[in-house]
Amino acid sequence: MNPFSSGTRLRDMIRAIRACKTAAEERAVVRKECADIRALINEDDPHDRHRNLAKLMFIHMLGYPTHFGQMECLKLIASPGFPEKRIGYLGLMLLLDERQEVLMLVTNSLKQDLNHSNQYVVGLALCALGNICSAEMARDLAPEVERLIQFRDPNIRKKAALCSTRIVRKVPDLAENFVNAAASLLKEKHHGVLITGVQLCYELCLINDEALEYFRKKCTEGVIKTLRDITNSAYQPEYDVAGITDPFLHIRLLRLLRVLGQGDADASDLMTDILAQVATKTESNKNAGNAVLYECVETIMAIEDTSSLRVLAINILGRFLSNRDNNIRYVALNMLMKAITFDDQAVQRHRVTILECVKDPDASIRKRALELVTLLVNENNVTQLTKELIDYLEISDEDFKEDLSAKICFIVEKFSPEKLWYIDQMLKVLCEAGKFVKDDVWHALIVVISNASELHGYTVRALYKAVLIYSEQETLVRVAVWCIGEYGDLLVNNVGMLGIEDPITVTESDAVDVIEDAITRHNSDSTTKAMALVALLKLSSRFPSISERIKDIIVKQKGSILLEMQQRAIEYNSIVDRHKNIRSSLVERMPVLDEATFNVRRAGSFPASASTGAKPSVSLPNGFEKPAVAPLVDLLDLDSDDILAAPSSSGADFLQDLLGVDLGSSSSQSGATQGPKAGTDLLLDILSIGTPSPAQNSASSIDFLSTADINNNTSNALDTLSSPVPPQIATTASTGMFDLLDGLSPSPSKEATNGPAYPSIVAYESSSLKIEFTFSKPPENPQTTNVQATFINLSPNTFTDFIFQAAVPKFLQLHLDPASSNTLPASGNGNITQNLKVTNSQHGKKSLVMRMRIGYKLDGKDVLEEGQVSNFPRGL
Amino acid sequence: MIRFILLQNRQGKTRLAKYYVPLEESEKHKVEYEVHRLVVNRDAKFTNFVEFRTHKVIYRRYAGLFFSVCVDITDNELAYLESIHLFVEILDHFFSNVCELDLVFNFHKVYLILDEFILAGELQETSKRAIIERMSELEKLE
Repeated sequence: MNPFSSGTRLRDMIRAIRACKTAAEERAVVRKECADIRALINEDDPHDRHRNLAKLMFIHMLGYPTHFGQMECLKLIASPGFPEKRIGYLGLMLLLDERQEVLMLVTNSLKQDLNHSNQYVVGLALCALGNICSAEMARDLAPEVERLIQFRDPNIRKKAALCSTRIVRKVPDLAENFVNAAASLLKEKHHGVLITGVQLCYELCLINDEALEYFRKKCTEGVIKTLRDITNSAYQPEYDVAGITDPFLHIRLLRLLRVLGQGDADASDLMTDILAQVATKTESNKNAGNAVLYECVETIMAIEDTSSLRVLAINILGRFLSNRDNNIRYVALNMLMKAITFDDQAVQRHRVTILECVKDPDASIRKRALELVTLLVNENNVTQLTKELIDYLEISDEDFKEDLSAKICFIVEKFSPEKLWYIDQMLKVLCEAGKFVKDDVWHALIVVISNASELHGYTVRALYKAVLIYSEQETLVRVAVWCIGEYGDLLVNNVGMLGIEDPITVTESDAVDVIEDAITRHNSDSTTKAMALVALLKLSSRFPSISERIKDIIVKQKGSILLEMQQRAIEYNSIVDRHKNIRSSLVERMPVLDEATFNVRRAGSFPASASTGAKPSVSLPNGFEKPAVAPLVDLLDLDSDDILAAPSSSGADFLQDLLGVDLGSSSSQSGATQGPKAGTDLLLDILSIGTPSPAQNSASSIDFLSTADINNNTSNALDTLSSPVPPQIATTASTGMFDLLDGLSPSPSKEATNGPAYPSIVAYESSSLKIEFTFSKPPENPQTTNVQATFINLSPNTFTDFIFQAAVPKFLQLHLDPASSNTLPASGNGNITQNLKVTNSQHGKKSLVMRMRIGYKLDGKDVLEEGQVSNFPRGL
Repeated sequence: MIRFILLQNRQGKTRLAKYYVPLEESEKHKVEYEVHRLVVNRDAKFTNFVEFRTHKVIYRRYAGLFFSVCVDITDNELAYLESIHLFVEILDHFFSNVCELDLVFNFHKVYLILDEFILAGELQETSKRAIIERMSELEKLE
């Protein structure tokens, strides 16, 4: 009986669901249906089975859980009739995917169906296999599929060909088995089989170099001929799309030629004529023709140099670019990005059009165009292009500003002809899109400013003017606050005026207004506020006349909800109040930041620093070279700029920074180790705050202590390093730490860098079985331990069906690799090994622990042994 | 290669979803929701291509229905646009003047047609006639 003829219940159910007015009603209907279906499944009535599954599929499409139907699919697939099988396979593809273990159960049915006498059933099985097969199934069923490629019915041949594509994608090793069969498909006349055959060949070429060589030698000419035939063929209504015979086949053939020609001058030579023909003869007023042209251009650009063809290709792209259809312009932009590598000049000619595309209302086009523009920029056109982009930044959509500003910053940094221009452009970007600019960009700007001593006055005045207008742009405010803090005196005195500047009058009070605004503004984030607080401290010394007012602002921060702010406010207040004699040296202008070091660090830390912020720029070479009070300044600066800059960031960052500083100035290494001690004392004296103050930040205190330890005894320090320091710190800081050690002890211990070695243990031993664990740790990840378990049979009988299971508490993650075997020979005459990977999320706090269960068969009887391992070495 | 094909109406109801890569059930729902959000508000004059995570979606609107195909970033967008149209033509032929309701009530047939058109994420047949003939053969077996 056909379950889908009208009046059956699938239709009724769909009607009932569609009739529901509310989601609750729908849920009720579905719930009731599901309950009915479950009941029927329990009755196990084969008659209704495929109707039920069809209903379940509809319910599944609505987004309801239907896992209870999975087994029904398998039953249907195993049933003899075509209609049942059809629904079964459909259900299999919809409700299951390759990762479900249930799928393994279907392999056998699939194998039978692939050998079925009814070719429609074979078709169903091939289709299911092609859409969801897993690597294991691919291995099991590859011989069947390979055979079916030569089946008499073309419908089966084409399905088998695509199924093979999936198989070789899943298991590339199988590729060579398919090469001959695939080559035979290239001679087909049937378009469906031909297109799938071409696809299979293409896939094989990508996967296997030998296959590529084979096709290149044997098939290049054949493929060219096929392409020529269909290009020149007369009108075929069945395959005609807008005047082109089977554009899909065209495209696949061109793509196959691309891999055959790439890297092989002879093959490329053979195909020049036909490519030229396709490129010149194809109609370009419809999408189908353009699709073929587009593919042809891509092939021309990929194969070995045939410059006349490339001119043709670039011309086609030029035509595409001026097309009114957005789709065509999009692909033109896409392709020009590739063309730029071999013909920069040709692409440059379209610069104006491409720039127009950056301003397109369609985000897809904008994005492509922007990427292309970034590639177009060079030393000669950077000023003009940047100007265009910045002009557009002012009027662009909010959601595009992030991409756009990032690209502008990239261009400006890379091609900047001079510092003044760089600073000017960056200020413009910050004014327009300051809230979208990433941390490393404004850090870099500060480094550049710091290095451009002749421009300090100009920059601080420009920033002052800008921040009055664009006070909502967070990063602009930060840079302005930092510069005003450092160069406030240049601001009020109009020092270092450039010819291009209009003189402005700024009083000391005006400058403080800006900072006060930044620190009190409710939507300033903590970094900005912290930077403002440091700026205030610096200004209190630069502007003695209004230091009372500055002090008041600082005092207000004692009430800040941020602990760091409170504490620093108290400290700074006490500096302003009681230590006027050393204040000026305490807040001296920062030494010039080291650009080279910053760039190295930026390159290294950039990917990881996106969220926490690299924040190295402000603090980098914090003048360890300075004697006397320098360590204190250092401490303060570290505290203010680093910790305050990101109070939320972990101690690890701080530690890294601290060590980074040491790294940065190698001459000061000894100073670094003594510095903190002396500095701590000084700080205690000067700030008259109790001991906890310098050690407030636990991470920093640990670090100070361990560096102090290092002073006393290097090997001791190594111990402290490996055990109590939390894991992340150990990893991130390890380089810095060891560098530090390098300077101190002539022979830093080698194995410490490679991660310590751990002794093997006997994890379990009974009268019949012994289990040994050996350990290793990947150096980059201390949380993870690789355990190799070795099982030894102590009894005189062989164990079969040996299986080892293990369980760990929640803070651990366990991954078991397959065991080397499941048969364990008697009396220790061989063993089974199995690798375990344990990840300890509480590394350094808790040690490993594991329960295990071992099952095996001894003389046909099941034996179960259980045990707990708690004698893991410490520190895993 | 095609990652997945979605057929959704303007309200975001999924009428057909075919995945050629394994995804978690919850992930599928998320993908369907996101793709709908991406395509539904785009201007008719805009490109039919949107970048989606690390891939791109080629979509085309027919009356109230969106046909979206997610493909690799290096694939030929125009070609997939053309195949969407071919698929719609086949549906139109098969159901003679197809409308959304046909697709709802005969969803299993739509899947069947799709399986004759695309397999393993690649085009299997480019002839409308061949697919329609194949479908009628299959229907005779029911």
